[in-house]
Amino acid sequence: MTQHFVEIRHAQKSYGTLEVLKDISLDVERGQIVAIIGPSGSGKSTLLRAINDLDPLTGGEVWLDGVQVNKTLPHRQYEKHINEMRQQIGMVFQHFNLFPHLTVRENVTMAPKLLKKISDKEANALAEEQLDHVGMLERIDYYPAQLSGGQKQRVAIARALAMKPKLMLFDEATSALDPELVEEVNLVMKQLAQEHMTMIIVTHEMDFAASVCDRVIFMDKGVVVEEGPPEQVFKTPTQERTRNFLRKHLEGAK
Amino acid sequence: MDTELILKVYPYFLQAAVVTIELSILTILLGLVCGALGAAARLSRLAGIRFLGAAYVSFFRGTPALIQLFLLYFGGPQIGIQLDAFQAGVIGLGINIGAYMTETMRGAIIAIDRGQGEAARTLGLSRMQAFRNVVLPQALRLMIRPLGVNINAQIKGTALVSAISVVELTYTAQRYIGSTYKPFEMFLLAGVLYLVIITTVGKGVAYLDRKVRLP
Ligand SMILES: Nc1ncnc2c1ncn2[C@@H]1O[C@H](COP(=O)(O)OP(=O)(O)OP(=O)(O)O)[C@@H](O)[C@H]1O
Ligand SMILES: [Mg+2]
Repeated sequence: MTQHFVEIRHAQKSYGTLEVLKDISLDVERGQIVAIIGPSGSGKSTLLRAINDLDPLTGGEVWLDGVQVNKTLPHRQYEKHINEMRQQIGMVFQHFNLFPHLTVRENVTMAPKLLKKISDKEANALAEEQLDHVGMLERIDYYPAQLSGGQKQRVAIARALAMKPKLMLFDEATSALDPELVEEVNLVMKQLAQEHMTMIIVTHEMDFAASVCDRVIFMDKGVVVEEGPPEQVFKTPTQERTRNFLRKHLEGAK
Repeated sequence: MDTELILKVYPYFLQAAVVTIELSILTILLGLVCGALGAAARLSRLAGIRFLGAAYVSFFRGTPALIQLFLLYFGGPQIGIQLDAFQAGVIGLGINIGAYMTETMRGAIIAIDRGQGEAARTLGLSRMQAFRNVVLPQALRLMIRPLGVNINAQIKGTALVSAISVVELTYTAQRYIGSTYKPFEMFLLAGVLYLVIITTVGKGVAYLDRKVRLP
């Protein structure tokens, strides 16, 4: 039994002797938007990818909406369970990972067709709806290679949303984009925020985090150093490490 | 050059070329099956199966194809495998080229960005669904040209079965040299016919590669 929509309890992850996540506990409420910030190598991606078990934890639990994501089951049963959980957790990657051999439409419809057994007609309607949502309807019959980075990322978001997830994970969704293309992706994410999608966002963009997130989590060396509302974490950080990181980051941005 | 002789014998060479083509097709088909099984074994999650795949590849790439052929055709009867020369040729060379194709196919599959499979799994696809719908279609496109190289080698490799008296192009050339003492003409004729077969197949592979290429 859990009280929170997403609950990470004592998450621990090691690669050999390297401990990447050290006893991290974290709650996210339904409709909340949480940003994870921190220096390179601090374990942000590892934590995010543990939520849908892409990088399995070596200790601890992840819960979503009252169900344990990484529960212990025999191999076959676990596969079935995790595939069902993943259908409820959308993920957006830094490098988009669109399927290059499929059109934009097929990228969006593939998983719903395979997993929800919907008809071609329903799938097309779904693709049109989701692509319209991210402003990519006009490119529905293009291939990924024919799109700009920002357009690719918007399609990747539509692809994830087509599974009607309860939770969306973003791992530096705009880091690989040219600066002038960042805004169009940020706008889509802001729109999702207004629609009360629960989101966990790993980002290097402090302004974006400050403007859309309910809570900011600062990670360093595998631990949560500080967390709180953006105004507090960004303006009056209580921890020395947070202050150092933010100062360095501001200098870097100039 | 004795063109009259060439014109006289070339219908027989054409018949022999048909045998070479049959051998090529059958060995390549068998090679593709062995290659697919071999690649699946090499990429298996089970260490024992991976080992079998690796052993298959090392043995067949690490010994001369001619030795493998002799082992099967001459050595086979000793362990109860009775094959005629054509059958031995198809099986021996097919399994041999399959080892090369194993590596080609495996290479194409592991060349696909890890993020592709991850994105598919993230959407909720099973391992198998992700492989079938995302990784394999991309890997197949990637393997057409290198498989073309294997196929090219295999067509030339069919010449080996002349050593166990299958009446294909090379054997036919040798046989006619015996009666005409004109090695230059006979080998030239056989060479030209190989060239025609290989060029045609090469064009077919290039066409297929272009046809499925992504924008
Ligand atoms: N497969 C792996 N094997 C070994 N070590 C790994 C592996 N993946 C990640 N690590 C290590 O885990 C640590 C955390 O990595 P992670 O990718 O989570 O950092 P991050 O905070 O996302 O960094 P960045 O901002 O650069 O993306 C790093 O020290 C990294 O080298
Ligand atoms: Mg990262």
